[in-house]
Amino acid sequence: MSALNHDDLVSLVRGATENVFETMLGQSIVSENAYMDSVASTSSNGVVSFIGLAGVWQGTGSIACSAACACRLASQLLMGEYSAVDDEVLDAVAEVTNMILGNVKTALEERLGPMGLSIPTVIYGRNFSSRTVGKQEWTVVPFDCDGERLEVQLCLAEQRDPLKARVPLAGGAAAVQL
Amino acid sequence: MNILIVDDSAAIRKILQRVLGQAKVPISQVYEAGDGFEALEMLKAHDIGLVLSDINMPNMDGLQLLSQVRAAEQWKNVPFIMITTEGSQAKVMEAVQLGASGYVRKPFTPDQIKEKLAGLV
Repeated sequence: MSALNHDDLVSLVRGATENVFETMLGQSIVSENAYMDSVASTSSNGVVSFIGLAGVWQGTGSIACSAACACRLASQLLMGEYSAVDDEVLDAVAEVTNMILGNVKTALEERLGPMGLSIPTVIYGRNFSSRTVGKQEWTVVPFDCDGERLEVQLCLAEQRDPLKARVPLAGGAAAVQL
Repeated sequence: MNILIVDDSAAIRKILQRVLGQAKVPISQVYEAGDGFEALEMLKAHDIGLVLSDINMPNMDGLQLLSQVRAAEQWKNVPFIMITTEGSQAKVMEAVQLGASGYVRKPFTPDQIKEKLAGLV
């Protein structure tokens, strides 16, 4: 990355995530050591939410957490009691994803120019694999959320074709195998 | 007064319903729409006195909705507040130029929404 490095992205993700949790959920969240993941395929259980970013720089952002963490997040956001993953829980995770990555996008736009954001897609299941087409590394920022692990991940690459950089956003490029 | 919440996220609509219930403004009914097209139908069907709208939505986004609302004689003076993750200066300016009455960035606190309402109602 020429305009941004891993540390820049980690800082933006931490700031946006802490802001969303403190403002909308009334909860502090503890950031853990961030890292870059060159493996484009991971196995997962729980809830994963993807959102696409487009513009001169484009890619995918995601949030991954356990079902218990997703339920807790929904309970705090919606001020209700959610003990199992349902549509409202998935919608809450989608909105948290939208707010976190939306704020990251706003910060990125100051350096990278206008970007678009897709509507989030949320997946819940067991033993599924997710894969993003391409060789770009992911910046992974883990958080401790009341004893549960929540990861915010971001994968961005510069779009060198100016025509493609103007193509309207159609969604994330992530594929999931159940 | 009737209020219209326009957001594709059911979670945000639920949060805003709760905040409106706590606000010290006279509210008769709160209606909800999931995109700009649904919002226009709600505006046609009900006497809406205030619109709270997201920007990024499928089918018709909040800026397109605002543009249509301001172009219609019967709605051109209806207060219209944007509540969105879009925080760039360019988006704020675009919304203001189209006639937005207020702009709140997500994440928001209930007090931020209540302050905007108090200033407009």
